[in-house]
Amino acid sequence: MQGIGLLSLLIWLPIAGGVALLALGDARIQIGRWLALAVSLATFVASLSLYTGFDVTTSAFQFDERAPWIPAFDATYHLGVDGISMPLVLLTTFITVPVVIAGWKVIEQRAAQYFAAFLIMEGLMVGVFSALDSLLFYFFWEAMLIPMFLIIGIWGGPRRVYATIKFFLYTFLGSVFMLIALIYMYLKTGSYEVTAFHALPLSRTEQFWIFLAFFAAFAVKIPMFPVHTWLPDAHVEAPTGGSVVLAAIMLKMGGYGFLRFALPIAPDASRELDTLVIILSLVAVVYIGLVALVQSDMKKLIAYSSIAHMGFVTLGAFLAFDIHAATGDLRGAGMGLDGAMVQMISHGLVSGAMFLCVGVMYDRLHSREISAYGGVINRMPIFGAFMVLFAMANSGLPGTSGFVGEFLVILASFKANFWYAFLAATTLVLGAAYTLWLVKRVIFGPVANDHVAELTDLDGREFLILGVLAIGVLALGLWPAPLLEVMQPSIHHLVEQIVATKLPV
Amino acid sequence: MMNPTTLLAIPLLPLAAAILAGLFGRVIGRTGAHLVTIAAVGAAFVLSAQTAYALLSGEVAPYNGAVYTWLVSDGVHMEVGFLIDQLTVLMMCVVTFVSLCVHVYTIGYMHDDPGYQRFFAYISLFTFAMLMLVMSNNFMQLFFGWEAVGVVSYLLIGFWYTRPSAVFANMKAFLVNRVGDFGFVLGIAGIVHFTGSLDYRDAFAAGPEIAAAKLALTSGTSVSAITLICLCLFVGAMGKSAQVPLHVWLPDSMEGPTPISALIHAATMVTAGIFMVARLSPLFELSETALSFILIIGATTALFMGFLGIVNNDIKRVVAYSTLSQLGYMTVALGASAYGAAIFHLMTHAFFKALLFLAAGSVIIGMHHEQDMRKMGGLAKVMPITAITCWIGSLALIGTPLFSGFYSKDFIIEAVAESHRYGASYAYVCVLIGVFVTALYTFRMLFMTFHGAPRWAHAAHDAAAHHDHSHDHGHGGTPHESPWVVTLPLVLLAIPSVFIGAYTVGPVLFGGYFGDSIRVLPANDVLGELAHHFHDPVSFAAEAFGHPPFWLALAGVVTAWFVFLQRPQIADAFATALAPLRRILENKYFFDWFNENVLAAATRGLGRGFWKVGDQTLIDGALVNGSAGLVATLAGRMRRVQTGFLYSYAFWMVIGLAMLLGWFLVRS
Repeated sequence: MQGIGLLSLLIWLPIAGGVALLALGDARIQIGRWLALAVSLATFVASLSLYTGFDVTTSAFQFDERAPWIPAFDATYHLGVDGISMPLVLLTTFITVPVVIAGWKVIEQRAAQYFAAFLIMEGLMVGVFSALDSLLFYFFWEAMLIPMFLIIGIWGGPRRVYATIKFFLYTFLGSVFMLIALIYMYLKTGSYEVTAFHALPLSRTEQFWIFLAFFAAFAVKIPMFPVHTWLPDAHVEAPTGGSVVLAAIMLKMGGYGFLRFALPIAPDASRELDTLVIILSLVAVVYIGLVALVQSDMKKLIAYSSIAHMGFVTLGAFLAFDIHAATGDLRGAGMGLDGAMVQMISHGLVSGAMFLCVGVMYDRLHSREISAYGGVINRMPIFGAFMVLFAMANSGLPGTSGFVGEFLVILASFKANFWYAFLAATTLVLGAAYTLWLVKRVIFGPVANDHVAELTDLDGREFLILGVLAIGVLALGLWPAPLLEVMQPSIHHLVEQIVATKLPV
Repeated sequence: MMNPTTLLAIPLLPLAAAILAGLFGRVIGRTGAHLVTIAAVGAAFVLSAQTAYALLSGEVAPYNGAVYTWLVSDGVHMEVGFLIDQLTVLMMCVVTFVSLCVHVYTIGYMHDDPGYQRFFAYISLFTFAMLMLVMSNNFMQLFFGWEAVGVVSYLLIGFWYTRPSAVFANMKAFLVNRVGDFGFVLGIAGIVHFTGSLDYRDAFAAGPEIAAAKLALTSGTSVSAITLICLCLFVGAMGKSAQVPLHVWLPDSMEGPTPISALIHAATMVTAGIFMVARLSPLFELSETALSFILIIGATTALFMGFLGIVNNDIKRVVAYSTLSQLGYMTVALGASAYGAAIFHLMTHAFFKALLFLAAGSVIIGMHHEQDMRKMGGLAKVMPITAITCWIGSLALIGTPLFSGFYSKDFIIEAVAESHRYGASYAYVCVLIGVFVTALYTFRMLFMTFHGAPRWAHAAHDAAAHHDHSHDHGHGGTPHESPWVVTLPLVLLAIPSVFIGAYTVGPVLFGGYFGDSIRVLPANDVLGELAHHFHDPVSFAAEAFGHPPFWLALAGVVTAWFVFLQRPQIADAFATALAPLRRILENKYFFDWFNENVLAAATRGLGRGFWKVGDQTLIDGALVNGSAGLVATLAGRMRRVQTGFLYSYAFWMVIGLAMLLGWFLVRS
């Protein structure tokens, strides 16, 4: 291996930064904070080269790095990104920066460990999106749970123990099945290479079980109904930064898993079970949308909103088969997948921003209850403007990023079945209802109580992070073409993979 | 050829001004904010008028081109672009002209408001969004403009955000519009399904193909694709143009400041649905069922919303119900395939209804923010300019011969009479009775406000205290005429309210003005039929005396005069005698009651049920915690471990793993 590759740098730089922070300790936290910021910024800046150096004409994996890792298991340290994973890596490195800034003053206990946890987690998450060896992927996938577990467990709210255990067990149980599936395929191919698994012929039964194993892991992670109940609890107890990373990045691993593993490895099983996935996705949109409406805790509301938005990801990802069955060709299949991808990136920005907004209020009033607020805009006009903008993005307003993915998925689902589009489009009403009702009760109206009357508007630090996210949300909404462009070849390739049967003819 | 840069400048100038006034309002100050926005909207108006002139004089051909590619997905190009033809330039001129008047008026109306700059930013932003909507050459951008005007409307209805009623009204407006948009998006998805494109051009070209296609709804049943798509699109129009039963948001939108009631909720935004159907006439023409549906919905709105104007005492709400009713007239015209008549009425209505709203606003300023007509009366003496212009607007609204509203409304009625479509006879009855109703509520308002004995001597003073937006000039509660920035726009709008109809009716309705921008099948061409009977505007007005609408309108005026000015006790006697009917009207046919107590309550109940039963009892209770033994034991153990220093163990575990990995890496 010559030098260190870009992807390795993006993984190990933040981890090294995290270790350095731990060594530095709380005593020198002033330096520690700046170190954390410097590392996260440097990682983000470095990751931009992924975009600028990306070849948009090929679906092949780029920035390839390969080194022996555990020869005894034929596992290699193999990294690379394509048009599906590269945007997710960028999202990860981008979101970590505001998360570090958001924790600047708020975290007082064990601050060094707090920042270290986020930096280490950043590296591990980049690892998840760029690992091309499935054992390496699994390593990152599981390792990443630990910092998140600690973030909720140490800096979380009063019911953090319940929440962490629920979170850990749910996701851990899901991924154990995935490990079994990976080992099974390793035994058949003699390698953990993801591309080898893609090419591996599998019988109908094998695919069925492998699909279910992946489904267990990814459905929990994204999360899909009915294995979603860990998410609201985890969000409620997590500190602001934890919620942001959880919503903005960790959920996307489930969506990524479907696109990278479940669909191309078990295409025939995906075809047979797609109705199940689609129905659960639509349940997420409608049922979870209704549940979100009646929440009294702001974080729970946004958590349920996240589940509903993720329903569009799984819906868009599994439309190809029904489109093919209904129209006889594949036009629209790529649009569904495009929509799923854009929805993931957009949700990363929007939900991250929404959780940061709640954090801004929580830092002042120490309550997440909607009823504790009212008329916030009277005291915090700038904050109110940001909140309304992000709320509009969350309701899928055209011109913001929230619109793009939902629009593409609705267009594509019409091709598969009118009723899919019909149910998916209810999000226009439901999403607006729960989001704007939240805004009405929290932001607008007369000043509700003495605590609200004492609120102070955003400081420069808060303005900076919300401002950066606002620019992202608007830029992606007004001109999504650059994002779509880098995805196209990989999405086309994926469509080819999932419609090609693996069964012997 | 039209210059794309000019076209781009038309919407972008107001946008730039909005950004400047919105984000840097404190820097540029109040005067700066209104100067920059008025300059931008004024320039947009001049450029629009120039473009219109160049197009109509035949100097340049219609323009259809892309500005930039928004995205490409799966081979479908989604672009931002402009289609500038006869229909578009007409809309552009109306939008920018009314917007300009409203900008000027706002200087007076919002004079003392602390949110002055914010208000100018919003109305300029609205102008941008509305221009993007009308100038679009594709469905995506149409939807963008559609939703963007909705957001600005949301922000403006809730402009006085400390009023609970305002922040309720703006959410209601947005959500009801979203119900419409739900249909709209499905319609767009249908278009993309059949054409693989979002461009109007491609959709229109594929029209016959879609008309021949069926769409499977279940495995057994399929419906006509074009009907389904057109109905879905029209549901969007029902939301934006406030057609029954999605009209409920418009009366409440009067919570916003009056200038925006004129601009958004009368002249421009609410007509977006009318414009959309006219724009998409090549598609709607292909579905007889959808047009019948449009006809019936429009007729119902035209008549039944008019009734509500008769019982309301809030001056703005009367004008709002009038707007609903007039939007119904436009919709009826669409349903009768008289798209040209709909757009023509849209244009005349934009002028006289904006005038009426601004006049109402002038009255409200004069009355120190009193809106209840029962506390007015006799204002003509103290507010002569407002009274005269309001009279002009009212005469135009009820269709007095030679006034602009006369031509536009009369041709809608005649077009319906000419139509043989299913529902046309119902619609004809509705629009005819509607003429009487319109005259009745309009003159009731006029008489109650400007004539008769003043009822404000004692009422005006305590009213000012009820509104947060206090506006006391130290006149001690006496009504007064408004400043020139308020009356100038009234005069400016009064001119077209009188003349624009007679001046343009010939060319617009019968001179082939719209060219290719509106397409009507020969069998449906009711306006073409009417053209045979039309010679010139003056003789047409002379003929009016032989037609029922004139006498119906006159009857309405006389009734209003007699009942509300001469013998108010008759009105009271009627009100007592017809108490049940009055109850229905005062409760607005119980639409709001139904929506709040049945629909909204059921939705929340469903949500709560899903949450408590589904999530908490079944999933968490039975499945998750119910695998309880395991979880509980594990939890117990975890708890014990955590009292040690689990976090640091775990940290070192991660680091250990990482180092191991690193070591393998370096070793190679």
